[in-house]
Amino acid sequence: MLRLKNLTKTYRTGDQALKGIGLDVPKGQVLALIGPSGAGKSTLIRCINRLVEPTGGEVWLDDTELTHLGAGALRKARREMGMIFQEYALVERLTVMENVLSGRLGYVGFWRSFLRRFPQSDVDEAFRLLDRVGLLHMADKRADELSGGQRQRVGICRALIQNPKLLLVDEPTASLDPKTSRQIMRLITELCAERGLAAIINIHDVALAQMFVPRVVGLRFGEIVYDGGPNGLTPDKLTEIYGAEDWEATIRKVEDEEEIEAAE
Amino acid sequence: MSHRELDDMLGTAWRKPPLVRRAWLRWTLLLGFAVYLVAAFATIDVDWGRVYEGLDRGWAFVMSFTRPDFVSRWSDIWSGLLESIVMTVAASVVGIAISIPIGLGAARNIAPLPVYVICRGLVAISRALQEIIVAILLVAIFGFGPLAGFLTLSFATIGFLSKLLAEDIEAMDRSQAEAIRASGAKWLQWINYGVQPQVMPRLVGLSMYRIDINFRESAILGLVGAGGIGATLNTAFDRYEYDTAAAILILIIGIVMALEYLSGVIRARVQ
Repeated sequence: MLRLKNLTKTYRTGDQALKGIGLDVPKGQVLALIGPSGAGKSTLIRCINRLVEPTGGEVWLDDTELTHLGAGALRKARREMGMIFQEYALVERLTVMENVLSGRLGYVGFWRSFLRRFPQSDVDEAFRLLDRVGLLHMADKRADELSGGQRQRVGICRALIQNPKLLLVDEPTASLDPKTSRQIMRLITELCAERGLAAIINIHDVALAQMFVPRVVGLRFGEIVYDGGPNGLTPDKLTEIYGAEDWEATIRKVEDEEEIEAAE
Repeated sequence: MSHRELDDMLGTAWRKPPLVRRAWLRWTLLLGFAVYLVAAFATIDVDWGRVYEGLDRGWAFVMSFTRPDFVSRWSDIWSGLLESIVMTVAASVVGIAISIPIGLGAARNIAPLPVYVICRGLVAISRALQEIIVAILLVAIFGFGPLAGFLTLSFATIGFLSKLLAEDIEAMDRSQAEAIRASGAKWLQWINYGVQPQVMPRLVGLSMYRIDINFRESAILGLVGAGGIGATLNTAFDRYEYDTAAAILILIIGIVMALEYLSGVIRARVQ
């Protein structure tokens, strides 16, 4: 469904962030993108919806090639791709409802959105999504009144109300505590399963990625160095991705945590 | 190896690195500043005899504040005040309305380069020309009266507000705006949802501040014939009616303080 062909990005400073990435994501598959800081994870997902313009290569979303779309067609294509951000990126002075409904901006005209008169179907869907993530009672609170975990849930609703085919998720748990991180990851993977959504999740936390996703892609210096199941991430592989370190603790931690989960 | 470096450093003093690294440059700057200060003071030429004579007049002026005369020229004061208020409100509304698009255009992170250059150019022109100079020019074109004052204040508002608004937009949180763009929003929707909420409190605060400035400026512009309470004040000074002048100044101070209080209340509300 999503297909990257030889995708490259060279920043004006000369840094090659992506060196010919090729990646195929079938419908409904959730994959985690891991790699050290600066490996190009954020650049990769931003090149897909062109928040960052790729320098070369192709991005196919179903039958549409995205890298050459004009402004109007790009906006249409962006509606198909929901994005969830590091540090939530909610508009802090808007209410929860406005933040969720902003996911519909690609579908409604300017005056409707300016006057906050969204179609009833959009409003109903926003209520449904907020209820699904347990925040219906917060609908009219301002986004900056929420806790981190609550904000990320609103961010998830904003991405889902676009009715996307694909979720682009950039470090969803980077500023959350371990428990909330897991709840958020679980919520994202559950919602993807419910709706048959594909997702690319950038994530620092290898153990967390291993717990929730069936496929892991490792990125190093803008190149894919690992692509496989979560259990194939041996210490050798992790060393290849991140550099030398004692990985036993990381891997053991996963198993321990699974036991705790099971015990709960 | 690193331990040898550490051994060398232990026991040595630590100071914050100086702002100007090169010692000779640092001392030259300091010395130059001191010399300039002394030289500058030396050029101030005070005629103490004249000051002594002037003290009486100054004292009369200060004493007139104890008995301000609101009554004998009340109709002049009232019409001048009204003119000033109308000028202030009209100029602020028009100026702020024009400032917003120019401010958007003058923010490098949302405007393309040609638009940015044009808008920054407009801001620079408006800021380079002092109100009094603009007022003199406009009085020459439109004749005496509040129209020239209104245009002057509108023009000055544009330079002030556009620049500060643009700077606030440039300092906004990029990720919030990026999130709105990622949803497929059109440009105006992006401004309305991603940018406006972030800069609104500052825009409201600056607008209130500018209304305050416009009112004070309207008192000055009268001196060059651009209407308002300044004209009345000027006349009062010319006639040596310090008690009337004192009444006018008290009114101006009162209104400015009221505006200051109001802007504080409003700014606290829109945070």
